[in-house]
Amino acid sequence: MTALLAVFKREFKGYFGTPVAYVFLVAFLFLAALAAFDNGFFDFREASLRTFFLDLPLLFALFAPAIAMRLWSEERRSGTIEFLLTLPITPTQAVLGKFFASWAFFGVALIFTGSMVWTVEYLGDPDYGPILTGYLGAFLMAGAYLAVATFFSAVTKNQVIAFVLGAVTCLALVYAGYPPLLKTLDGGGFGFLADFAESISFNTHFELLQRGLVETGSLFALIAISIGFLASTIVMLQETKAR
Amino acid sequence: MIRVAQLTKRFGSIVAVDGIEFEVKPGEVLGFLGPNGAGKSTTMKMLSCFLEPDGGTAEVCGFDIRKDPVAVRRAIGYVPENAPLYGDMTVRSFLKFVGEIRRMGGRNLKDAIERVITSCALEGVLEQTVETLSKGYKRRVGLAQAFLHDPKTLILDEPTDGLDPNQKHHVRELIRSMGQEKCIIISTHILEEVDAVCSRALIVAKGRVLADGTPEELKQRGDGRLDHFFRKITTPEDEMPQFDQEVTA
Repeated sequence: MTALLAVFKREFKGYFGTPVAYVFLVAFLFLAALAAFDNGFFDFREASLRTFFLDLPLLFALFAPAIAMRLWSEERRSGTIEFLLTLPITPTQAVLGKFFASWAFFGVALIFTGSMVWTVEYLGDPDYGPILTGYLGAFLMAGAYLAVATFFSAVTKNQVIAFVLGAVTCLALVYAGYPPLLKTLDGGGFGFLADFAESISFNTHFELLQRGLVETGSLFALIAISIGFLASTIVMLQETKAR
Repeated sequence: MIRVAQLTKRFGSIVAVDGIEFEVKPGEVLGFLGPNGAGKSTTMKMLSCFLEPDGGTAEVCGFDIRKDPVAVRRAIGYVPENAPLYGDMTVRSFLKFVGEIRRMGGRNLKDAIERVITSCALEGVLEQTVETLSKGYKRRVGLAQAFLHDPKTLILDEPTDGLDPNQKHHVRELIRSMGQEKCIIISTHILEEVDAVCSRALIVAKGRVLADGTPEELKQRGDGRLDHFFRKITTPEDEMPQFDQEVTA
């Protein structure tokens, strides 16, 4: 646990040690707010964050890989992976320490979007139920995206490749629940595939949560995707760390 | 104490380490000599539990490298080849990070950091980030993190590579002073280093041990010169006539 915490602290501080964190935060907050207003934040005449949550899955698909791409690829490129994994730490502790650091950083970015909550509070009388479950969904979804991106960061020494592979997979997981795709699959006699695509899609689960519906299935799916990709990262590292 | 038994590692069809066997006792500084690609670094990576062996095993400080890798890593100090370090951290925060992973804390960690700062002469660069340091200082930081928990066993992969003569001298003095009570393995292809710090040397090539003895013994087998003996046993047979001519000349 101490080892995990040490890695967590190093990584978390590492984000703020370079301008990357600040560039990320500014870009993320700007685009998240822009998307909310573009989706008709005022036109709805409703004190809710529906328009803000709407495009988050897409936005996360680009920002999560940007945060997680360096986690392992940089260790591999610089050779520090040998140093880290010959300290008394298990690969699981190292992977989790780094993952939680990136997740906490994403959490900070989400906290800064609190200005949107303040705005709807100022303008009207919002229902805090869907807002809270929406944020819970956003945070869990961020974890799942980061787990996917962590896996691809462990696959390669090259951060750009890690980013592209991570972003493409995240986008695929978003669009797996895209209605026209589901309709085509269903109509073509692949109902089971449509069901599967819908069940793994970030969109499906996040949509329920942002409407205020806390379904254990959705929470479980997001957590299961995270655990699955993190476990794969650990296996991948053990198999390929010396290459 | 290190006891290596039939340690083997393959990379595809290449056998990097081929059933190597040796022992290092406390108070011994073992020089691990060999040409490039002899399997020195691979052996050290297995002893430090970075790589898993394909055959055989080793006992380091009483722990088996296959059964209890984390206990082995806790007991040893290891400096990998080229000593890769986190460039974005300051020397002090880097040492603190290593100490925390090694479950050191409070007064204990503070004292340990002070001790390695003095022994590795890092006083002037403590608040500098590692990436801004010269190669010599980086190497010293690499050594400092390995000495931090005062381990009984040290595994150092080419610890003086790339250092200037003064820095080499300093690092060798440090190793020699520690060699009195610790069990140390140093890999190197600088033969003068063996004379300078090692109490015993092992010559390996193609993943096998070719010779084992004190530096004096090995020298005697090479007409009084270690480099002669080294070349004699590590030069492939088809290149031997040319070698003989050179020695005669």
